[in-house]
Amino acid sequence: MNPLIPLFVITPLAGAFLIMIIGRFIAEFNKYFTSLVLLFLACISFYFLFTTGEKIFVYKVGGWEPINRVPIGIYMVMDGLTAIVVCIINLIGFLSAVYSISYIKRYTAGNYFYALFCLMIGGMNGVVLSGDLFNIFVFLEISVISSYALVAFGVESNELEASFKYQILGGVASFLILFGIGFIYWKTKTLNIADIKEAFNNGYNKTTYLFIQILLLSGFGLKAAIIPFHAWLPDAHSSAPSPISAMLSGIFIKAVGIYVIIRLFFNMFTTSEEMAILITTLGTLSMVIGVFLAIGQWDIKRLLAYHSISQMGYVVMSVGIGMILIARNTKPEIVSLAIAGGLFHLVNHAAFKGLLFLNAGAIEYTIGTRDLKEMGGLAKVMPVTSATSFIASMSISGIPPFNGFFSKLIIIIAAVMGRFYLLAALAVIVSIITLASFLKFQRYAFFNKPDNDILKDVREVPFPMIFSMVILSIICVLLSLLVIPEVRNAILMPAIEILTDPAKYSTSILVQ
Amino acid sequence: MKGMTVIVKKTTQILAGMIFLYGSYIIVHGHLTPGGGFAGGVMLAGAFILITLAYGSDFLNLKREEAGSTATENGSVLIVILLSVAGLLLGAKVFFLNFLPKGTLGELISAGVIPLYNVFIGIEVASSIFIIFLALVIYKEEEST
Amino acid sequence: MITYLMCFILFLVGLYGVITRRNLVKIAVSLSIMEISTFLFFALVGYIDGGIAPIVDPADPVKVYVDPLPQALVLTAIVIGLATTAMLMAVIIRLYRKYGTFDIREIKNLRG
Repeated sequence: MNPLIPLFVITPLAGAFLIMIIGRFIAEFNKYFTSLVLLFLACISFYFLFTTGEKIFVYKVGGWEPINRVPIGIYMVMDGLTAIVVCIINLIGFLSAVYSISYIKRYTAGNYFYALFCLMIGGMNGVVLSGDLFNIFVFLEISVISSYALVAFGVESNELEASFKYQILGGVASFLILFGIGFIYWKTKTLNIADIKEAFNNGYNKTTYLFIQILLLSGFGLKAAIIPFHAWLPDAHSSAPSPISAMLSGIFIKAVGIYVIIRLFFNMFTTSEEMAILITTLGTLSMVIGVFLAIGQWDIKRLLAYHSISQMGYVVMSVGIGMILIARNTKPEIVSLAIAGGLFHLVNHAAFKGLLFLNAGAIEYTIGTRDLKEMGGLAKVMPVTSATSFIASMSISGIPPFNGFFSKLIIIIAAVMGRFYLLAALAVIVSIITLASFLKFQRYAFFNKPDNDILKDVREVPFPMIFSMVILSIICVLLSLLVIPEVRNAILMPAIEILTDPAKYSTSILVQ
Repeated sequence: MKGMTVIVKKTTQILAGMIFLYGSYIIVHGHLTPGGGFAGGVMLAGAFILITLAYGSDFLNLKREEAGSTATENGSVLIVILLSVAGLLLGAKVFFLNFLPKGTLGELISAGVIPLYNVFIGIEVASSIFIIFLALVIYKEEEST
Repeated sequence: MITYLMCFILFLVGLYGVITRRNLVKIAVSLSIMEISTFLFFALVGYIDGGIAPIVDPADPVKVYVDPLPQALVLTAIVIGLATTAMLMAVIIRLYRKYGTFDIREIKNLRG
């Protein structure tokens, strides 16, 4: 029982309330305290990433041991998949907190911003680390309510309308999830994820099982913004302040949406072919429709938000292909290739989409507009922003040697080897259209000649913003090293083994 | 906002103390009867909201930023987190451990650290709901005048 | 069996209200109806035939009790629902001050 595991949840929660008390007396306390807390959490998460390996750490809260092999306590579980997601949450949270040191000057309520930021990070850590179904719901609600308040932070009419739409759809999703949890408790009388898998092995009613799966897929799909549940995403991600947009699009829809779908559908439900085909279809539709809706946009952040839907479609499609191949009992090499491609693209997208949103924030900070038709020629006056934005655009379009190329290559190879030729062709076409969209973004923002003189007093952005953008672009280049087999086996293979082995998760937890 | 008539003010003088007492009873007996921190805290907040509605905010001289309620709310949550972390340092070194001695079944002072949790969560919930009420009522009327 | 069906019908009534009503406050009230139906369902799940309320009496402690775990979960979920409703109400008040109307067909700044 490693005592470092509950620190992921306690430290941000205590930090948020400390900021509210002490920030009233000391002026600049909140910014640097948040950055310190998140740096500490990022270091612990890297320690767990490199030492977890094949083991599964279980922490029983309150010390309640199982009675007659029935788990009665709340479990916190750290395994290979959790270690990867916890790393990206805390690292991108730290870089956004450093970026917002100078971005937050335009708002007056700095105390509330940092307290809500810490609460959101604490909630997301709790969702990823819990091994208990109702605990996932409680921490999900903590982080989601903080994000409602953060989207509506600068109280203009656009942002309030976006927050209202987000709240109604998010509220419907939460109650769908609660209904599904009620059904699961009715049928199995337990709430521990490993124990539910054992209870479902003893036989179940097929209609109820399908109903529970559809309820949970709809609820978490609304949080992850898959088609047809995507209506809140363009408004919410474009109206939020820029560091919050980077966190929402970079880690929020992954940690509370896609991670929970992967965990429940691989480790709790037995994989059936109908649900796998449904998930793959939803992923492919997201991929195609997202990129077609993104071509005609002239607002920078709306363009980036629509591309988020499309790239999440890549991840869901790849994971769905893995599920279909498990249900058909094919060779394990193709299955592990598909799931590896999905997880690698998840990590890559966090890096380059976060960097793109931070660049859009830098452009908005200096010029003051978000419309692509009114700007141009920024490459000479803002060299750092222009260089990092070029790296990020080449990464998302899949140009070698950046990281997007390798993850999309693994997904396409896995689709071809599993004989899904239509899906591979669609992936290539969508990648080409993404390249076209980002070439338009680069040309109109950086390399055009503006016809009015908005470039009169435009300078480079202050140092904290440059620091975050440069570090993220270095990470984008370094992540392409994950395709080398030794590095991939150390980091991605433990996660793949937990997901593809049907009995390893539940038996490892129940014997501890 | 302005207060209400004399009848409402006299009735509130009698009732507000009784509601406060009943809320405290539900909080303190949280480990013996149904209720506990959440439900008792909401009733405590009800007593304060009744006084504010009956007398009007001009009479009570409420400022724009209610610093007192925010301080009690944040302080109570920090004490709850401190109690739960104290389990990491004493006893069996587990988070959220019940480390005070548990007495006999059915007594008021028993069940370890659970009554302390109930009291502090009750104070915190009461402060939170009072702040929500003030934010929706007082700020609205200050911005429209 | 009839009681479980009634909970589900209440959930659908709330969902109908969220989809078709035009007034902002009515949408918020329909969301509250949806959450209340979920709490009723949870409390019904823990019922055991012939059980009494789970309060231990030191005089004669051995009886058949109703399952107390869903009751604790519902208590937590009620507080979460309160926080969601309070957040929604704050945003609705600010929206009224910016747009001057409660009608959702007039609030259409973000399109496309």
